[in-house]
Amino acid sequence: MESLMAVTIGVLFATAIYMMLRRSIVKLVIGLMLLSNAANLLIFSMAGMVRGAPPLVPKGLSAPAGAVADPLPQALVLTAIVIAFGVLSFAVVLVRRAWEVVRADDLDRMKDTDT
Amino acid sequence: MQLAILAGFVVAGLAPLLHRGFGARTPLLMAMLPAAFAVWLASLWPVLADGESLLLEWAWVPGLDITLTFLIDGLSWLFAMLITVIGTLVLVYAGEYLKGECDLPRFLVVITAFMMSMLGLVLADNLVALFVFWELTSITSYLLIGFHHTDPVARKSAQQGLFVTVGGGLALLAGFVMLAQAGDSWSLAVLNERGGQLTGHELYTPMLLCILIGAFTKSAQFPFHFWLPNAMAAPTPVSAYLHSATMVKAGVYLLARLHPALGGTELWEVTLSLVGAVTMLTGAFLAIRSINIKLLLAYSTVMALGTLTMLLGLGTEGALVAFVVFLLAHSLYKGALFMVAGIVDHETGTKDVTAMGGLRRVMPRTAVVACVASLSLAGLPPLLGFLGKELMLKSVLAADHYGGLILLLAFTGAFLTLAVATIVLLKPFFGPRVETPKTPHEAPAGMLVGPALLAALSLLFGLAPGTLDTLVEVTVNGLGAVEANVHLALWHGINLPLLLSMASLVLGLLVFRYWDGVRRRLAWLDPLIHRGPERGYEKLMAGMVWVAEWQTRCLQNGYVRNYLVMTLLVLLGLVGHALLVRHPLDIEMSIDAYFHEVVVAGLMIAGALAACVMRSRLAAVAAVGIMGFSIALIFVLFSAPDLAITQLLVETLTVVLLVLVLFRLPRFATLSAPAERWRDLVVAGSFGTLMTLLMLSVLNGERLPRISDYMVANSQPLAHGHNIVNVILVDFRALDTLGEMFVLALAAIGVHAMLRFHAAEYDAGHGQSGRRGNNG
Repeated sequence: MESLMAVTIGVLFATAIYMMLRRSIVKLVIGLMLLSNAANLLIFSMAGMVRGAPPLVPKGLSAPAGAVADPLPQALVLTAIVIAFGVLSFAVVLVRRAWEVVRADDLDRMKDTDT
Repeated sequence: MQLAILAGFVVAGLAPLLHRGFGARTPLLMAMLPAAFAVWLASLWPVLADGESLLLEWAWVPGLDITLTFLIDGLSWLFAMLITVIGTLVLVYAGEYLKGECDLPRFLVVITAFMMSMLGLVLADNLVALFVFWELTSITSYLLIGFHHTDPVARKSAQQGLFVTVGGGLALLAGFVMLAQAGDSWSLAVLNERGGQLTGHELYTPMLLCILIGAFTKSAQFPFHFWLPNAMAAPTPVSAYLHSATMVKAGVYLLARLHPALGGTELWEVTLSLVGAVTMLTGAFLAIRSINIKLLLAYSTVMALGTLTMLLGLGTEGALVAFVVFLLAHSLYKGALFMVAGIVDHETGTKDVTAMGGLRRVMPRTAVVACVASLSLAGLPPLLGFLGKELMLKSVLAADHYGGLILLLAFTGAFLTLAVATIVLLKPFFGPRVETPKTPHEAPAGMLVGPALLAALSLLFGLAPGTLDTLVEVTVNGLGAVEANVHLALWHGINLPLLLSMASLVLGLLVFRYWDGVRRRLAWLDPLIHRGPERGYEKLMAGMVWVAEWQTRCLQNGYVRNYLVMTLLVLLGLVGHALLVRHPLDIEMSIDAYFHEVVVAGLMIAGALAACVMRSRLAAVAAVGIMGFSIALIFVLFSAPDLAITQLLVETLTVVLLVLVLFRLPRFATLSAPAERWRDLVVAGSFGTLMTLLMLSVLNGERLPRISDYMVANSQPLAHGHNIVNVILVDFRALDTLGEMFVLALAAIGVHAMLRFHAAEYDAGHGQSGRRGNNG
């Protein structure tokens, strides 16, 4: 499964980068979304993917009975998902604001501080 | 001793406070500091006279073998004595010279700091300590050259001096590191006993060249001589002290200090004697062309520094004796002459020697001092300068390599120097009285005592050279000559050096007689001089600025895409190199997935690709949404329920947010040309491939023990939580979560502020100016 995920993540990264390299600012935002998802997925699957063994401690025991999925990358990814949402909402509002002020959709026309 | 020098820096810092209390008498007070050092050094003389040397140990960074140990032998004693004695006199002199100057406290701070750095430089036994003091002298010299900081010329000269000497300092540092590697010690005392090991080492040539660049830049040797005349923008006490008597001799000191360790090879002898001789001629020749009294003296200092380097290059016992005598003679007469030049400038208001004359009638005492000092510069008996010149010519006559060429250069230098001495003495002080911008008076006692004392010493040592025997002997022994037995005398009978001296006297007087003509005749050389090393320096500086502008234009051009592409290419290069070349790829592909998992992965890929190709914004957002929900499914399938919940929530919110904002955003537009698209496709494709390969090679690599085993085992017992991921977030790594909350809060404030601004602006009524204001 990890090999399949590796290919999938590669495709996600490629599409993210391609979108971020567009001149249209809205495409930049889409690229940003793809990129954060790709990165989250990368961290998650790098730790090894385990089916049906969530990192939970059953009631009455002090530790899980058998091997469980690695909880640490999950905690990291959870943080990352939330942060990515924060960044994205900020970026979206920023883009909207820039569009209102500059009325330019083209990033190439925003290269100076006083356009 | 070390403590005293460090305390000296503190005293330097206190100068402004002292100035508040003592006013114009502060320089006299500060002069007590070097005077005390001089007395202390003098008290050590009996020990040194017996041929002993002192090693004052002081650990600094023991782990790195860096010490503040001081080595006091003949050579460092002589230098330290010159620094402290001339330092005392210069401070007294400066008290008068800068009287009424509001920046006097600043001057005192810097010059005292310089004094301490210079003392540290000549006393340090450790290469690192020496280097630190070396750079400190460069920095203080920079501050002193630029003392009149409102004058652009002074600023430019200060910068030039700094760049040249500090640039050389970098080379010196490299040389020192190689030296310490080759000699297996940072201590000069130890290295000087390992001469054979060093000269035979494979690093000898690069090491020597680096150290020579450092020493040559500091001591203004050709082709780095140009900064020294420009440094004359400094106040005259500084020129007298730093740029003739002490700092510029640091390079020569270093060469002398390392002579036993690195000297004796053909490379050393040829480089030093030729560079020295060429510097000598360049200095003397440029001096003849100047009419500014300080420039005349500065170029003759370049000439003297060349002579010292050349003598070290010759390296024979006679040459080393000549080195010590010439060094002492030069410090005495040049210090005095610079101070006289300062007096003349101060009293007449001009530095142009052709615009003054007959000053001996109004300032007879200054004239007497000038007379003695310039006769010593000219190398006439019975002054110490004569002795130095005789010994120099004698050792040049005995030179091994390029003897004829060096003799020619040295002889030319000698008679041109004589001409310079005559110009400096006769032009201002003799001849008919010439009107000057200011009406001159005799100099005040405070300004005369320094030059008078130095001139008196020149005369005294010249008349009784025997008094110097022990000092020269002790110093020369420290330079590596075997048990020199020195007997200095003025009269050696009629021999070749004396005849050469007489010839140089005649030629020098001839040059002086026809000076105006000589200057005019030499005018055709002007273009050549303008293309000299200084032009090279300016070209280099301009080139640096050009490269900086060029790379800013290339790399910082304001196009987001270019930044991104640049960053990605660097990443691709570095990670790709590490992945493919340093750790050959070792990848196993195995598809052990169930059908429904493959479908979910396919959905993700399809969603991402669709987001790229959709022409409608809504469709693109929907495609990204599909991809996001598929990721949530992956989390569900692979044991991450918390992640799945979060992803679902966030994905839903994102889609809602985008859909809400979307119709306020511009439509998709095709802006890039096809070629650009292909370029981006290639960059994006290679980056995706890199990430895939990276992940595959990591999966195939060795698994390290999991950090999270501890968390799994202790989640319930320590934190009483059954969901391990949650326990990690709120307990084991609670600080991370706190940080995350701050980030979210900041983003929320940012979003809120931007939306509010928007409202305020529209309330104000779409004003263009209001918009600009909000922007700023």
